[in-house]
Amino acid sequence: MAEIVSLAEAVRLAVRDGDAVAMEGFTHLIPFAAGHEVIRQGRRDLTLIRMTPDVIYDQLIGAGCARKLIFSWGGNPGVGSLHRFRDAVENGWPAPLELEEHSHAGMANRYVAGASGLPFAVLRGYNGTGLAASGSIRQIDCPFTGETLTAVSALRPDVAIIHAQRADRLGNVQLWGITGVQKEAVLSSERAVVTVEEIVDSLAPRPDAVVLPAWTVTYVAHVPDGAHPSYALGYSARDNDSYAKWDRVSRDREAFSEWLAGIL
Amino acid sequence: MSSYTSDEMMAVSAARMLRDGTTCFVGIGLPSTAANLARATHAPGLVLIYESGTIGAKPGSLPLSIGDGILAETADAVVSVPEIFNYWLQPGRIDVGFLGAAQIDKFGNINTTVIGGDYGKPKVRLPGAGGAPEIAASCREVIVVVRQTKRSFVAQVDFVTSVGYGSGPGDRERLGLTGAGPKKIITDLGVMEPDPGTLEFTLTGVYPGVSVDDVRERTGWDLAVAPGLSAVPAPSAAELAALRALQTRSAE
Repeated sequence: MAEIVSLAEAVRLAVRDGDAVAMEGFTHLIPFAAGHEVIRQGRRDLTLIRMTPDVIYDQLIGAGCARKLIFSWGGNPGVGSLHRFRDAVENGWPAPLELEEHSHAGMANRYVAGASGLPFAVLRGYNGTGLAASGSIRQIDCPFTGETLTAVSALRPDVAIIHAQRADRLGNVQLWGITGVQKEAVLSSERAVVTVEEIVDSLAPRPDAVVLPAWTVTYVAHVPDGAHPSYALGYSARDNDSYAKWDRVSRDREAFSEWLAGIL
Repeated sequence: MSSYTSDEMMAVSAARMLRDGTTCFVGIGLPSTAANLARATHAPGLVLIYESGTIGAKPGSLPLSIGDGILAETADAVVSVPEIFNYWLQPGRIDVGFLGAAQIDKFGNINTTVIGGDYGKPKVRLPGAGGAPEIAASCREVIVVVRQTKRSFVAQVDFVTSVGYGSGPGDRERLGLTGAGPKKIITDLGVMEPDPGTLEFTLTGVYPGVSVDDVRERTGWDLAVAPGLSAVPAPSAAELAALRALQTRSAE
């Protein structure tokens, strides 16, 4: 059953040095506040898993929390590069970053396999691309038709961290709008932390919502605006200006270090 | 006719390629601009599908990201990311994949991964694949929209992120790619289409005021000119007005 705790407590209890951590949210509902708490608590050697690393992982990578990144698209959406990610890959600053790189379809299916308790998922993909050389991508023959398909290994993170619109006092969680791959991330992980805009007495059913029952969630923390500069549909709008401004902060190690000092 | 920029010409040219009543898997940036222009002009029934899981999105302004709220709020349906790729893209239900590129080669292969050096120590690390490899593989056909420079139009890409025609005829079939592959590259200078025999991209259309030499100068392979090279008409007043209105609304 989910425990309702503070954000600092949730991160302290759920995230350990060396963990594989999946902070999901496809542009919408990105758990920025939780990411900042991971930075503040000084976690190290993390394997960061996320389809779109986005500004949140640019910050964690620049802060030196990551050893490895598992991802499928590492840009600043609509703006350009993630400069801390680039600096780590191109120059090893602040530390070298190991990459495990996929397409979106591959990453999504890897979460599906993890959530399904299977060792791999099958899709049509990667044939002829340079990505196919990855150890987490193999060819497989269909036992029914003989067609050659692609297998991708399951993702099984130690901890998933997501942001949602609301939870009730038992820790049942509800999210809606673009729900991305959050359900799969939570169900494929050993532990799950959910930050929410609002904690309510009872969750009114919504036909378009994803519900994560309290018994699939480890910790819930009440963090209003915890997705900023991403957004929570019905609560806030995406702060596109902040995303644009991140370009300038992240381009320069010194400007980034000042930003980091502000977080700490 | 009022004056217009080469980017406006490119957006208009790309929008004209999309037929009303078809389905289009849209990449962010230039493709999204052109697809929304098509919806605002000749193709109000064009179905826009974004990889964030929004099917039938009808944004009144241009989204900055693939997952802006306006896409979810105007969509016919919002589905999960595994579903958009597995149920909607993979079986070949989508007519047109509309993609951008950082680097593209004469067989329409796209690189959005690394430039220069090797994979482990690249000169420039690009964002990576996103949804493009499977869009390029599984949509019935693909249209690429990209600004043209000699550095971005190369004989062979540094890294194959998304497959066009591989190394030539027969490669898509051999690789089991179900869609027909890239049918057009729309640039800020003109339009390229694959030669029916060699599948190498050739120049089939140029914009007003652009010469064949201008295009060849910004192409990193020996670009052939198709017989019957067409002169692409300048943007109409209506097309320009619709594009500018879309961009004005987006800036607000």
